[in-house]
Amino acid sequence: MQAINRKLLRDLWHVKGQAIAISLVIAVGVVMLIMYSSAFDSLHRSQTSYYERQRFADVFVTLKRAPLRLRDRIANIDGVAQVETRVVVDVTLDVEGLSEPATGRLISIPARRRAMLNDVVIRRGRYIDGTRPDEVIVNEAFALAHDLTPGDTVTAVINGRRRDLEVVGFGLSPEYIYTIRPGELIPDDTRFGVFWMERRALASAFNMEGGFNDVTLSLMPGAREEEVIQHLDTLIESYGGFGAIPRSLQLSHWSLSQELNGLQGVGQVVPLIFLSIAAFLLNVVLTRMVSVQREQIAALKALGYANAAIGWHYTKWALAIALTGAVIGTAGGAAMGNAMMTIYNDFFEFPALTYRLLPSVVVSGVVISLLAGVIGAATAVRRAVRLPPAEAMRPQPPARYRVSLVERLGIQGLLSQPARIVLRNIQRQPVRSLASVTGIAFSVAMLIAGTFSLDAMDEMMDVQFSVAQHQDVTVTFVEAASAAARHELQRLPGVLTVEPTRSIPARLRFGSRSRQLAISGLPEVPRLSRVLEVTDLSPVTLPPDGLVVSRKLAEILAIDRGDVVRVEILLGARPVREVVVADVVKEYMGLSAYMEINSLRRLLRESETLSGGFITVDPSRLDALYRVLKATPVVAGVTLKGAALESFEETFAENINVMIFFNVLFAGIIACGVVYNAARMSLSERSRELASLRVIGFTRAEISSILLGELAVLTCVAIPVGLLVGYGLAALVVTLFDTELYSFPLAVAPRTYALSTLAVLTATVLSGLLVRRKLDSLGLVEVLKTRE
Amino acid sequence: MTATDSSVATRPASPNTSGPRRETVFEAKDITKVYHMGEVDVHALRGVELTLLESEFLVLLGPSGSGKSTLLNILGGLDVPTAGHVMYRGRDLTTAEERELTDYRRRHVGFVFQFYNLIPSLTARENVALVTDIAEHPLEAAEALAMVDLADRLDHFPAQLSGGEQQRVAIARAIAKRPDVLLCDEPTGALDISTGIVVLEAIERINSELGTATAVITHNAAVSGMADLVITLSDGHIGSVRTNDQKVSARELEW
Repeated sequence: MQAINRKLLRDLWHVKGQAIAISLVIAVGVVMLIMYSSAFDSLHRSQTSYYERQRFADVFVTLKRAPLRLRDRIANIDGVAQVETRVVVDVTLDVEGLSEPATGRLISIPARRRAMLNDVVIRRGRYIDGTRPDEVIVNEAFALAHDLTPGDTVTAVINGRRRDLEVVGFGLSPEYIYTIRPGELIPDDTRFGVFWMERRALASAFNMEGGFNDVTLSLMPGAREEEVIQHLDTLIESYGGFGAIPRSLQLSHWSLSQELNGLQGVGQVVPLIFLSIAAFLLNVVLTRMVSVQREQIAALKALGYANAAIGWHYTKWALAIALTGAVIGTAGGAAMGNAMMTIYNDFFEFPALTYRLLPSVVVSGVVISLLAGVIGAATAVRRAVRLPPAEAMRPQPPARYRVSLVERLGIQGLLSQPARIVLRNIQRQPVRSLASVTGIAFSVAMLIAGTFSLDAMDEMMDVQFSVAQHQDVTVTFVEAASAAARHELQRLPGVLTVEPTRSIPARLRFGSRSRQLAISGLPEVPRLSRVLEVTDLSPVTLPPDGLVVSRKLAEILAIDRGDVVRVEILLGARPVREVVVADVVKEYMGLSAYMEINSLRRLLRESETLSGGFITVDPSRLDALYRVLKATPVVAGVTLKGAALESFEETFAENINVMIFFNVLFAGIIACGVVYNAARMSLSERSRELASLRVIGFTRAEISSILLGELAVLTCVAIPVGLLVGYGLAALVVTLFDTELYSFPLAVAPRTYALSTLAVLTATVLSGLLVRRKLDSLGLVEVLKTRE
Repeated sequence: MTATDSSVATRPASPNTSGPRRETVFEAKDITKVYHMGEVDVHALRGVELTLLESEFLVLLGPSGSGKSTLLNILGGLDVPTAGHVMYRGRDLTTAEERELTDYRRRHVGFVFQFYNLIPSLTARENVALVTDIAEHPLEAAEALAMVDLADRLDHFPAQLSGGEQQRVAIARAIAKRPDVLLCDEPTGALDISTGIVVLEAIERINSELGTATAVITHNAAVSGMADLVITLSDGHIGSVRTNDQKVSARELEW
């Protein structure tokens, strides 16, 4: 090995603490980069190949009922490749071991297996036997949630009659990668299951023989989706079509896309933050190193080493540190990406969700960290290159100090001599001091941004389930019912109060933008299912006329208060109405549109109808209520608030804790990296000065207070800044994760500020103690003898 | 011993010039160096002229601030004069580019500094290897160290060596490339008498055995006894130039 490289290795070893600290910060950045990129890639690849293999459809629509002969006309639409007509019905399930009713979605499949759109993957058991009408394939998650095995039965309430369905296999479909009941926000595998059933058996149970109520189709390459949808909607309009949607709005696909977008967004922003901090630390350490090695550099130049060689020597420093970080980060990122796949396996149902780390991802991780290294090294390297050797031979002139600003305020007399040294030193290197403050502040901010999601989640849950929703149970009818239904709800066992609701499927259109969703008709001031403006938690009063829409929906349609939107009602005669947007409210979950219930009924030219109700129940009589609901044919679905909450917490809490653990770890790495480096730098620069002070009689404690006092001052300045930046960073996180599904509240609890401050103070004190140990072993004579 | 006194170095006849004709290594013509230190201009050299021949031993005397180091740095290609020319074997160093100067230092110049400027993280052998790694026909590192009597200290780090030993490592490092010129800036400045003499002996040996043109800066007048040529600088001028008829060996020096 060349002597100069040996020097490199030994020098690196000499500052190993700092080098490792910087490597770790780089590693964290690379971990994030690799984790998010590889998770994105793995998820995206699994999605693509799954869609391809199982022929995931491009357009989806449900309708009331159409005769089978319509199928050919649909198939003849220009651009349509394959058409699948199905019977799809939601029923109430009575599952053993579950007192409350669950919802089952029955989907027809052909008696004999063929290549169809949205084809089912059999995970266990077998395909149905076309001659046995009660056989079903159930989606795997539901089967696992209930410990089913092939041969078990599940009871469905079909048209008022209980019917035992025999589970013969577990299946998966690209249509249900994210299995969520429409209208709900949280997946619940226990209370929502998908069942594939022989077509004739299903059709005869629901009077659908010779007809269908669901169409999915695939497009030919180059086909124009918009036009196909328009044609399709026109064709099925008279059959009660609810408006076709493209794949991009299909619930499962859309949820998965939101996740993929989030991964990509975070994966592009967060690693850069870490790598910038690493570059800054490298800059500080390397600049100091060049200044310490001033005379060595001069000697090397005198010996005939070219400027380029010297520059390369110090660049290699940075590269070695960056490469170490990249290697650790790649390993860590791969491990965490893999772990992320395990988490995704809970959320999404894929036949094979395998982790893959692309070489290109690794290469980009390495290249970006090396780049961060080179950028961090740049000024130091330039300084080494430009150092005139003749001048560098002479000892460095004493650093220029000035009376500090604070002292000039006239309180000089109040400051002790050590305090003056601290202040002047901070002021002498404003850039470095500022950078240290920035670094420390950033670790505080990182902690806040990394942990506030717990607060946000708490806030969201609290608002959603304690402030907004006061109902215990939500009942949805199969068809809109007359006013009498309200009294029937009231008469159900244990029911205390009933709040009627009328919900209609509609397409809202404004200019060229449109969106399909349900408009909820609620009382003027709903008491159970409240509409809240979440910024101040004030209950919203629904005006006698006009729509109240959630901010997210307003953004999608680009509408604002006072705009008039076209409401295409996807019911009955499919009336089209013009409705004014009366209000826009901010909500945390989902897309919603509300109307005062009577105003909605007027829109429909109906009176007193309801499509369901929100009810409060005497808890002691819940089981009795459930028994009745399970057997009531007009009830299409029952949603239980408690169950929803529980399921949400189960899904998210565990993963959130894991994420928080890593965020704290990563922020701790930054805090230690910054503070430890700052302390070591000061020690390195001032060991002579401090030793001199010891020689003239200062105690160890006194010189420690000079060195650590500087850190303390910087930390104290940094923390409030960090709290502010943390809030800003939290806002950034909220924006990055702002999907159509959720919009997280920017809620940072005092607890989070306190904990972040405490964590950084701990890291500061620990780093200070480490440096203090060095300070205590300061060799007085040696230090004074050596020439700086 | 003959001496002349002139502000411009008119070279007196040296005993060595009577032998076979030797080539001129350095020829400095009217060099001036001005440093800009903040708002003041420091005139380090004011029109210095000098000639150094092959295998000649030059001692530069003078108080601190007299311009000795500046002159040496200019001769060694570490610095360029503000005005005037320095020729090295017919090549003009003053018009050379940085790359050429580096090349010049790498091929031809051996430097020894007052504070040794060893790389503390490298052993004696490795410090010498710094040079042998990049030189064209270097000595073996061990061989160079043997020439300064450090054959048994090869794997010691600078911190494990005495000042005199460190300076000898620096000399070994300087000569390992078989330089054409050896430039020493106060090589004994940080050393006591006896250690200083050991170091001077090493330099003397290189000069006589390898025939390396040597320039040594010192403020110790006694050292000038070793020289063929003694130039005294004061305030950027050449104060005096003299040649030694009778050189004294380093061992015989006293101060």
